[in-house]
Amino acid sequence: MTEPRNDDVLLDVENLTVRFAVKRGSTFGHKSYLYAVDDISFAIKRGETLAIVGESGSGKTTAALAVARLVEAYQGKVNLDGEDFLQLEDADLRKARAKVQFIFQDPYSSLNPRVRAEKIVREPLESLQTVPAPERQAIVDKLFTAVGLHPEQQRLFPHQFSGGQRQRIGIARALATQPELIICDEPVSALDVAVQAQILNLLRKLQTEFGLTYLFISHDLGVVQHMCDSIAVMYMGKIVEHADRLSLFNNPLHPYTSALLSAVPSVDKKRREATKRILIPGDPPDPLALPKGCRFANRCPAAQPQCEDSQPPLTEVAPGHKVACHLVDEKAVSPL
Amino acid sequence: MTDTPILPKEEIQKARHPMAEATEMFMKNHAAVAAAVVLMLIVLAAIFGPYIYPTDPFDMVWAPFSPPGEAGFLLGTDYLGRDLLAALIHGARVSIVIGLAAAFMSVFIGVTVGALAGFYRGYVEEILMRITEFFQVLPTLLFSMVIVALFGASLPMITFAIGIVSWTAVARITRSEFLRIRELEYVTASRASGASNGKLMFRIILPNALPPIIVQSALMVGSAILFEAGLSFLGLTDPNVVSWGQVIGSNRQYILDASYTVTIPGMAIFITVLAISLVGDGLNDALNPKLRQR
Repeated sequence: MTEPRNDDVLLDVENLTVRFAVKRGSTFGHKSYLYAVDDISFAIKRGETLAIVGESGSGKTTAALAVARLVEAYQGKVNLDGEDFLQLEDADLRKARAKVQFIFQDPYSSLNPRVRAEKIVREPLESLQTVPAPERQAIVDKLFTAVGLHPEQQRLFPHQFSGGQRQRIGIARALATQPELIICDEPVSALDVAVQAQILNLLRKLQTEFGLTYLFISHDLGVVQHMCDSIAVMYMGKIVEHADRLSLFNNPLHPYTSALLSAVPSVDKKRREATKRILIPGDPPDPLALPKGCRFANRCPAAQPQCEDSQPPLTEVAPGHKVACHLVDEKAVSPL
Repeated sequence: MTDTPILPKEEIQKARHPMAEATEMFMKNHAAVAAAVVLMLIVLAAIFGPYIYPTDPFDMVWAPFSPPGEAGFLLGTDYLGRDLLAALIHGARVSIVIGLAAAFMSVFIGVTVGALAGFYRGYVEEILMRITEFFQVLPTLLFSMVIVALFGASLPMITFAIGIVSWTAVARITRSEFLRIRELEYVTASRASGASNGKLMFRIILPNALPPIIVQSALMVGSAILFEAGLSFLGLTDPNVVSWGQVIGSNRQYILDASYTVTIPGMAIFITVLAISLVGDGLNDALNPKLRQR
């Protein structure tokens, strides 16, 4: 494995937009569009981990699927290693698919129930044909050991494994094509806490071992803090704040980020009393009738009249710290 | 790693395919197993019977209307003095061949249409499902009668006529299974690793969609046999080939004088279709994991 070069950007996503046609009324009713991901940009350096966090329906999973080209993007570019992944076709696409693999949330629906574990892990190699057939079994053996499963377990069917073991099979499958980028879509949220820690440690171990880059989707800030180099917070299809881990956790600038962080439960009584819970009343706006101004304005405790009028752009207020809020300026002070 | 308690060797040894477990489940259903045995006997009789009992079912062998058992004719003779046992044995071939061929045809059309509609969605689905609905609203018996009347009552044409009116149920089941399974993450995972659409459809989704399709096609064989009997009862059959429905049809005027000429082939149809239904039911229980724990 080559040592990851720190200034080397592996994935550069520009102005990615995903929209879904929604039919309202009868067959002849006109189509409207739901913008699940609305003009987001981010980049990940080789060997690093970027987390996208946000609540359900914020578009984080859709963004991840669009990056892996499993959902069709409406606009934007996904530059992978300097090539636009979204423009590739046929043989080039297949070659590029080997570089981007996915780990899924639900270990129960992500494994084909009629196929033995070894075949599940071997399948990407068969589809992509990057490795000659006789060498494939050796790769599968190696992967089973790498993710902490016994080689004898290859003969078993998915229902004979526990949730954590199934997730290990999913990880082994994602590693089979020697990818550079692995997109982890809430890889541990379906597991219990003890197993969560094992899987997260395994992911970190594999990252250093194979020089992997992760795009990590999560709603669990504790998990994110453990895993990630930088974090993008999404709300209603937009990135509202993007910073490295330390500045985001120590100095959250967007009111939504502050509210999210204040909601992290703590067993430490002192810490619990020290943090002020920021409550955000109400519901997110209707995704089919988004407000003209800031999408968070109707729930924001610091909202001003200007917030209702125009959308705040994502601007860099401190080195490496971007935020989309009218009330944050170069001094990088939270409006709360 | 600590969380991977290794299973005992013997458990790994007997890691069986889900299909093997379904077979075991089926074996526990005694009615279905008995029905399967009956069905086997009927099929064996259809294959080998004509060699063991070579009497031509069209020959006048004895006086008409001699009741079962008389003069060595086990099931008696019909209104033209033809041997009913010979008709039953030779007719089994036609009934079973038509049943299987028509069911095969409707499964082939149904799975293809349903798979394409459920996989590609959009316009493909709209068009294919409108076509399916068109065939669904046709009066089936009338439509197949028209086909047979227009193009001649040969066996392939009768098979075609039955197959073309009964594939819609398979298409709808296949489509709904595809709609469900295509959204599961293991399908997305295969897509992420570059599987082609053909592979996704037939190697990944179809095997998981099979259980209800298998059940439906088993039942389809039974209804195709009934359908053929109905058509030949109405005289829409190849007059040179004997079949159970045809025997009933030709003897129907004498139902009051010699009821056995109608009831015996009727019983043959009844037992065959019942056996097929019971086997289909057993398959349904064995292949449907939700009922496994009962």
